[in-house]
Amino acid sequence: MTSPANLPEERIGVYVCHCGSNIAGTVDVEDVAQWAAGRLKHRGVVIARDYKFMCSSLGQEMIEKDIKELGLTRVVVAACSPHLHENTFRTACKRAGLNPYLCELVSIREQVSWVHTDKVAATEKSKAVVSGGVERVLWHEPLEPLRVPIHPATLIVGGGIAGIQAALEIADGGSPVYIVEREPSIGGHMAQFDKTFPTLDCAACILTPRMVSVGTHPNITMLTWSEVTKVDGYVGNFTVTVCKKARYVNTDLCNGCAVCQDKCPKKIVDEVFEAGLGYRKAIYTPFAQAVPKFPVIDRENCTYFQKGTCRACEKFCPTGAIDFNQQDETITLQVGNIILATGYDLFDPRRIPHYGYGRLANVFTSLEFERLSNAAGPTNGKIVLRDGVTEPKSVGIIHCVGSRDRNYNNYCSVICCMQGLKFAHLVKERTGATVFNFYIDMRTAAKAYDEFYQRVLEEGTLFIRGRVAEVTDAARLHGEEGKLIIQVEDTLASKQRRIPVDMVILSAGLQPRRDAKAVAKLFGISCSADGWYIEKHPKLDPVATMTEGIFIAGCVQGPKDIPSTVVQGAAAAARVLGRIQQKEIALEPVRASINQDRCSGCRICNNLCPYSAILFHEDRMVSEVNPALCQGCGTCVAACPAGAISGTGFSNEQILAQLEGLLMLNLDGDGRMPVKVREAVAI
Amino acid sequence: MSENGAKPKFAMYWAAACGGCEIAVLNIHEKILDVDANFDVVFWPVAMDAKYKDVEAMPDESITLCLFNGAIRNSENEEMAHLLRRKSKILVAFGSCACEGCIPALANLTTPEAIFEAAYAGPTTDDGHDIRPQPEWAAPEGIMLHLPKFYRVVKTLDQVVPVDYTMPGCPPESHQIGAVVDLVIKALHGEADLPPAGAVIGAGGSTVCDECKRARNEKKINRFVRIQHVKPDPALCLLEQGILCSGPATRSGCTALCPAAGAPCVGCYGPAEGVLDYGARLMSAVASVIDSTQPEEIERILDGIPDPAGSFYRFNLGGSLLRAGKPAWSKQ
Repeated sequence: MTSPANLPEERIGVYVCHCGSNIAGTVDVEDVAQWAAGRLKHRGVVIARDYKFMCSSLGQEMIEKDIKELGLTRVVVAACSPHLHENTFRTACKRAGLNPYLCELVSIREQVSWVHTDKVAATEKSKAVVSGGVERVLWHEPLEPLRVPIHPATLIVGGGIAGIQAALEIADGGSPVYIVEREPSIGGHMAQFDKTFPTLDCAACILTPRMVSVGTHPNITMLTWSEVTKVDGYVGNFTVTVCKKARYVNTDLCNGCAVCQDKCPKKIVDEVFEAGLGYRKAIYTPFAQAVPKFPVIDRENCTYFQKGTCRACEKFCPTGAIDFNQQDETITLQVGNIILATGYDLFDPRRIPHYGYGRLANVFTSLEFERLSNAAGPTNGKIVLRDGVTEPKSVGIIHCVGSRDRNYNNYCSVICCMQGLKFAHLVKERTGATVFNFYIDMRTAAKAYDEFYQRVLEEGTLFIRGRVAEVTDAARLHGEEGKLIIQVEDTLASKQRRIPVDMVILSAGLQPRRDAKAVAKLFGISCSADGWYIEKHPKLDPVATMTEGIFIAGCVQGPKDIPSTVVQGAAAAARVLGRIQQKEIALEPVRASINQDRCSGCRICNNLCPYSAILFHEDRMVSEVNPALCQGCGTCVAACPAGAISGTGFSNEQILAQLEGLLMLNLDGDGRMPVKVREAVAI
Repeated sequence: MSENGAKPKFAMYWAAACGGCEIAVLNIHEKILDVDANFDVVFWPVAMDAKYKDVEAMPDESITLCLFNGAIRNSENEEMAHLLRRKSKILVAFGSCACEGCIPALANLTTPEAIFEAAYAGPTTDDGHDIRPQPEWAAPEGIMLHLPKFYRVVKTLDQVVPVDYTMPGCPPESHQIGAVVDLVIKALHGEADLPPAGAVIGAGGSTVCDECKRARNEKKINRFVRIQHVKPDPALCLLEQGILCSGPATRSGCTALCPAAGAPCVGCYGPAEGVLDYGARLMSAVASVIDSTQPEEIERILDGIPDPAGSFYRFNLGGSLLRAGKPAWSKQ
């Protein structure tokens, strides 16, 4: 490696930020600036300053002024992480006429002051970090952002309330929307609920009008009973392949009269919508208000498909809409942005065998109870035991099932406390039974939530603080026969208790969809270790992902209640609408590119790209990076055995120069100038 | 031809080397006659008798072309490097040892003491007197005897003297040597230009895969096997079959001889253009296509590679960023 030929001509400005006392409390920032001005002169530094807040307008103006007056050609800012203010300082450089990519932000906050306490050592380390930045910035090249047009259509995956909200916002904004839903109807989990906390609105009453709006909106194309199978392209220009499963119902002819569902002789336990508590037919819509109204034939359970006879639906259909010859269809969509709103799965309480779900009949999951209490559910809203007739006289509701438990999920599922309170209220209201809620901590933090808690307290629900150890039907004491006994340590009373009840409801937590990882891979985004999709920034960019053009909304990002889900749906829509308005987007020019002469087509890099940006040309036996898809992560750059891939902004020269700067000798200085190791030491 | 009508002078020298480079030069067959016709061979220890003092007596830069093979293992190697640099117009680091340290530089993973222990006190050699090579020894006859000093770290030629060209390979392939000889002769006759100073000559610009005929797919490796334990598919990429083939990281130029014969590339042509650390490149490439996300399984798969340092850095340790392992640096 040789130094750039233009080294002597570069004029570098170094700016050291105090960040209030965030940096200055641990690092002697004045010393760092003076040192850089005096001791890095031979590396091109012509000015070095320190300032209380470099990111302030005054701090930025200082840089701009120096660029203009001192003719700076490179800028190094020693401050916080590039995640926070890289753009701020790049933009300042740009305003002063310097290409923004000739600015380097080195972190002496996250990487120095916040992680050290020894002021002397932290100051010395800051000098090394600044030296690394100076050496690196010498190798920077001016870069221009890549501009790509944005296709006005948007794909929304998942037709729950998050997807519905996003679809309506974008469609109302005048742009076309495709909404793809795996089930026969949109509506999601919310359509299964009876009441919604804390206001006890009927879920269907507030949801179904939205569903109808989606179904009738001129800008929305609904693709239910469909799944995305392939995603190609990049922000602004995605090509999405959707498999539209055969409904075996001609939707042009079907009028939704549901005669077919009445006549179908095959009854199947509905494990999805009715959570296993009710039945549906082999031809079905999941519920009466389903949107679209068209039923589907469940091929696995249809007598005709399995045995070759029956066709009752076909015989009775008044419009001749049944079509047994329908085939799965593959549809290709062009969209500019994608919103993933694929929701959650309920934690399976079978995984906690000592709570008895699946073994003890009268232990119910939260979703089962939702169906039980739903007026349109299998018991028409009557809260009864598994026998279908007996009303419980006492009910135990267990919180945090599968959540806040290091054996299952460490996270809090957010909704279970309020859900448990809602169940307590409904049980009290409908049956007058004695209700016990077993909780670890009561978390009722959102608007009007705690008031609801107070209300349920006043209604006479009994609250016991303690994680339930066991639910059992093995009676030991008088009065326990024929009951489910809840064994719990009451941590407020400091004693073990056994509470016999008729019914147990497990307020189960939320989990990522079982295929969440595969879906994330399909769309080129990342999951956390738990499986929730990772947002671009946990606070400031909660609905974007690290992949440009892919947004997330609702529980797919993490457990949340309906209001937050709706907020995210709307937020994702706002982000997408903003993009569509801009008509084009400027992409970070930090991209990988493959030197076609050096690439031998070994294909090591081919399946490494998390964004599927690398394509292989069979004819020429070389690989190529699609610059619009590439997000500049550098995976392929590191993996290329031939060194044929380089990353703009992260070239080998830049990285090695930064290392050389960090490792320079005489950084602490006793009068000698800092010097590169390889120039000083004869090995 | 040179100004006084005499033929340009040719030299070839071996430092820490095996002699294979010399054989490779002779293996250019009748083209060796062109060398003889066009050059005056003034120094070539393997082929003709000559003394170091003869070289010292030559005017500086009087040798037109010097092919220097072998690594810098001891003080004699280094002295000869300086001497031949001074006497030569064009000094070529010839072969893997001179270019990047090759097998001799694998000794950099250990200490000279351990090397001597293995060489002079191992099961194959036991002199019974525990004698080790001494740089200086007063003989009973009253004379001081000198031996070259054994270095702690084997170096490449360009780590001790400036080099005009490097020609990789262990050894360089004869057809490449022939082509370089042709080119130099043409250049001497003014019919061609020499490559720019510092260039890699006698090799290609991409990697061995470019010359390999085997079919290649996206790579996913779930086990490593050794060539002697399997019967490889003759048409499929060896790396995809779990055989550690260094082809993807190794400079092209050899016509992919080893993979064509069913053996994995071992990397003798060294790093591709612009690559600073061959072993690190190859390791990160191989690690990136391990088909598992489970730490224990990854560990198990990687355990299928015996002697990783010797496999990934077989030819390149001396020329790598690391150059040597910690024991070699440490002064015991």
